[in-house]
Amino acid sequence: MSNDNLPVKPEDEHGVVEVAEPIPDPGLEPHEPRITDIDPKAADRAERQVSGMFGLATLLVLGSCVAYFAIPRDSILEFGPLSGNANNMVIGLCIGLALFLIGAGAIQWAKKLMVDEEISEERHAAHSSPQQIAEITEAFKEGAEESGFGRRKMIRNSLIGALGILGLPAIILLRDLGPLPGRALYNTIWAKGIRVVNDVTDRPIKPSDLVVGQLVNAAPANLAPLQEENASEYQNAKAKAAVIVVRIKPSEIRTKPGRENWGIDGILCYSKICTHVGCPISLYEQTTHHVLCPCHQSTFDLADSAKVVFGPAARPLPQLPLAVDSEGYLVAQSGFHEPVGPSFFERG
Amino acid sequence: MSTNTEFPGPVKWVDDRLGIAKIGKKNLRKVFPDHWSFMLGEIALYSFIILILTGTFLTFWFKPSMAEVEYQGSYSLLKGLHMSEAYASTLDITFDVRGGLLMRQIHHWAAVLFIAAMMVHLLRMFFTGAFRKPRELNWLIGFGMLFLGIIEGFLGYGLPDDLLSGTGLRITNGMIQASPVVGTYMNFFIFGGEFPGDDFVARFFIVHVLLIPGIILALVTAHLFLVVYHKHTQYAGPGRTQKNVVGYPLFPVYTAKAGGFFFVVFGITALMGALMQINPVWLYGPYNPAEVTAGAQPDWYMGWLEGSVRIFPGFESHFWGITLSWNLIIPALIVPPAFVTLVALYPFIEGWITGDKREHHLLDRPRDVPTRTGIGVAFITFYAMLWIGGGNDLIATHFNLSLNHVTWFLRFAVILGPILGFWIARRWAISLQRADQERLLHGLETGVIMRSPEGKYTEKHQPISTYEAYSITARDRLVPHEIGPETDENGVRAPRRALHKARAALSRFYYADAVQKPTTQEIEEAHEHAHDADEIHELTEDTETYREVTSDRS
Ligand code: HEM
Ligand code: FES
Repeated sequence: MSNDNLPVKPEDEHGVVEVAEPIPDPGLEPHEPRITDIDPKAADRAERQVSGMFGLATLLVLGSCVAYFAIPRDSILEFGPLSGNANNMVIGLCIGLALFLIGAGAIQWAKKLMVDEEISEERHAAHSSPQQIAEITEAFKEGAEESGFGRRKMIRNSLIGALGILGLPAIILLRDLGPLPGRALYNTIWAKGIRVVNDVTDRPIKPSDLVVGQLVNAAPANLAPLQEENASEYQNAKAKAAVIVVRIKPSEIRTKPGRENWGIDGILCYSKICTHVGCPISLYEQTTHHVLCPCHQSTFDLADSAKVVFGPAARPLPQLPLAVDSEGYLVAQSGFHEPVGPSFFERG
Repeated sequence: MSTNTEFPGPVKWVDDRLGIAKIGKKNLRKVFPDHWSFMLGEIALYSFIILILTGTFLTFWFKPSMAEVEYQGSYSLLKGLHMSEAYASTLDITFDVRGGLLMRQIHHWAAVLFIAAMMVHLLRMFFTGAFRKPRELNWLIGFGMLFLGIIEGFLGYGLPDDLLSGTGLRITNGMIQASPVVGTYMNFFIFGGEFPGDDFVARFFIVHVLLIPGIILALVTAHLFLVVYHKHTQYAGPGRTQKNVVGYPLFPVYTAKAGGFFFVVFGITALMGALMQINPVWLYGPYNPAEVTAGAQPDWYMGWLEGSVRIFPGFESHFWGITLSWNLIIPALIVPPAFVTLVALYPFIEGWITGDKREHHLLDRPRDVPTRTGIGVAFITFYAMLWIGGGNDLIATHFNLSLNHVTWFLRFAVILGPILGFWIARRWAISLQRADQERLLHGLETGVIMRSPEGKYTEKHQPISTYEAYSITARDRLVPHEIGPETDENGVRAPRRALHKARAALSRFYYADAVQKPTTQEIEEAHEHAHDADEIHELTEDTETYREVTSDRS
């Protein structure tokens, strides 16, 4: 900013803008007395009001203590649109109102009764005065001189080196936060011959169990036993192995080359884990064969290799090749041919 | 009243050790200016305190463990179900600890309020130019707190390990995984292996209850220290200058008002906790990676990130054996950080453009800096469009629109909206400035029509008060940065000429069309002219009667 255009020349960078132009500062507006300043009766009324609020607050706090013991913890309060646990609601109401009254009382006190004349205080620039700067520079120089920090470069550099390298163990020590990814994301517990089971009943599924238009949430038969063994392995396995099995009229299916024998009479199986960021997809629309992910609305066409028809996902849902075992149940021909779930850098 | 030179007993004990009179003398009557917009920061501070109090209560019962247990508490619908200890203990807090649900709900409402208050507080800083020298550091500290607050809220949301919180984590996990090179490694280190694993609740817990609150507390302290050191800004007005601060003393008025306000905020959050349900985790059930609730919505402050990934078209590149998920890299990993950085650095950008290196203690009225106001509205519009995107499905179902159309609309709106918002806000500010100028130079319209002896009709104007006139004109003259001569006295070409030119052009744009306040001379001329034309008159009794006549006639 070119300085000579300013209303007042700033002496230096710290110059404070002055704005008393074009109209000179008339000074603070005169103080208007409040009714409580003039009328002692009004002041007394205000006092009663404030202490009334504080008094009521005291009663409410006591009320909350009584409610804590008096109201059974499972009783339900139904009051118009308000319904919920009575114990919580009454305690909360009492404490909430009490706090509010204490606050409102204090503010009212300040507004009505405390002296309300504004006062003014000078500001001082944030920066130090030239003299302070001179003094501290001098003191610092002296200290630096005495340490020889500037002269003895070898000490200085080796110290900087030693301190810098300290960051290394700080990072390395975090190494055991987790295992390396390895091939974990490429595999699921699906494998050749594993039965497809209903994920609620755990019962294996026969092709005849499914009518055209039906969609079933399913899981591999080897998942349920994991739960007893290791709950966290179970969750991790489930997060990748969840599938949907759907039956579509064969004439409506457009099969991708190479997948001709992946379905059984129009029964197809896809990963349930959205290829966007991994929510389980859920909403199926029979007529269009579209399945929608509720998280960001990616939509996949199950009749067309689950390709993305809408939304932010970039890849089709991986398909699991199906077969029927000797007892007539649906099984996997193999595991998935690609990693399931969201993309990752080294995925290829 | 006699003055004491000695403290009473107990105070003396303290003073002998701490010298409290020395510290207190300066601060007891410290002046704080009064304005409603100065309370926003207070709300944020108070909700932080409420979060610490209620959060500590929750830690007494919450078990940050993902070990599997069979639920045996008093909520019958989930009895016998397998779930993590974290979820089971959240149910216990909700159903078996008296006041537990209340504290959970206050905690959650205060979290929502905390972040909202910080954001609105930030907007106040922005639109009034409170971030200018010497307060840039406090702007950055404030940003740090907002950022940490959002992370903190997100981690807290993940602690109960219910279906909704697990889904939120799954989404985050998927986003992290999209980071080039390090994505899978980061995930494996954060979650202790594959998602969900059995580590994250314990890890998130310690970050949530110790690490981040600790850092925020340190930042709050620094923030308040700087407020005290710089002294509060104030709006320009008669007697309120760059060199003083006018308001009420810390003791007693400000203490009573601010202290009282703390109780008001606490009271309101407690009432919300008592009466308004939030995050009813018992309805969602324990986390199950194969299930999801439809129409799930995150807490409001995550909405814009959600929207950003929702409206971005889905494409990724595969080459050389790697995958680049642009559908996440851009909307989740580039756009939000870039936007936040831009806003965080705004004080420095504006300072560079205007070349203004002076201290500012008087706040701008938003209209007086139309370009900044426009930029602020552009930022808000951008954020709002993404935020709306976070609920595109709700909008589609509520208004019976196709999701596809809503999404396409937002894809354009997120770019065009801010431009339009900028333009409208800037124009609006300028027209408000013109209206001010009009009042200043020609006074108020009184609605009184005068007929001059020659038969000319004019409207009578009444001058505004000196106080108001001063307030309107108590602002900077806006002078664009100039590039200076091409060569200095010695004929040496000034370095980095192109940069300076660009800067000058930006600076001209910055101040273009803003209404300059009048000079003393202009004001005098305007008033003289008014007197000639009989426009400005003090309203006298005569004119009053005249008004009655005219209004009868009309
Ligand atoms: C600084 C800002 C903070 C924010 C924004 C925040 C936010 C949250 C949120 C949104 C939840 C989920 C609550 C629910 O609906 O169940 C939560 C849970 C929790 N928070 Fe905080 N919190 C904060 C500070 C703290 C502090 C300081 C503590 C403890 C000293 C704490 C302890 C807890 C605990 C134990 C839970 C889990 C309890 C439960 O889910 O029932 N929080 N937090
Ligand atoms: S996770 Fe399915 S659309 Fe985002």
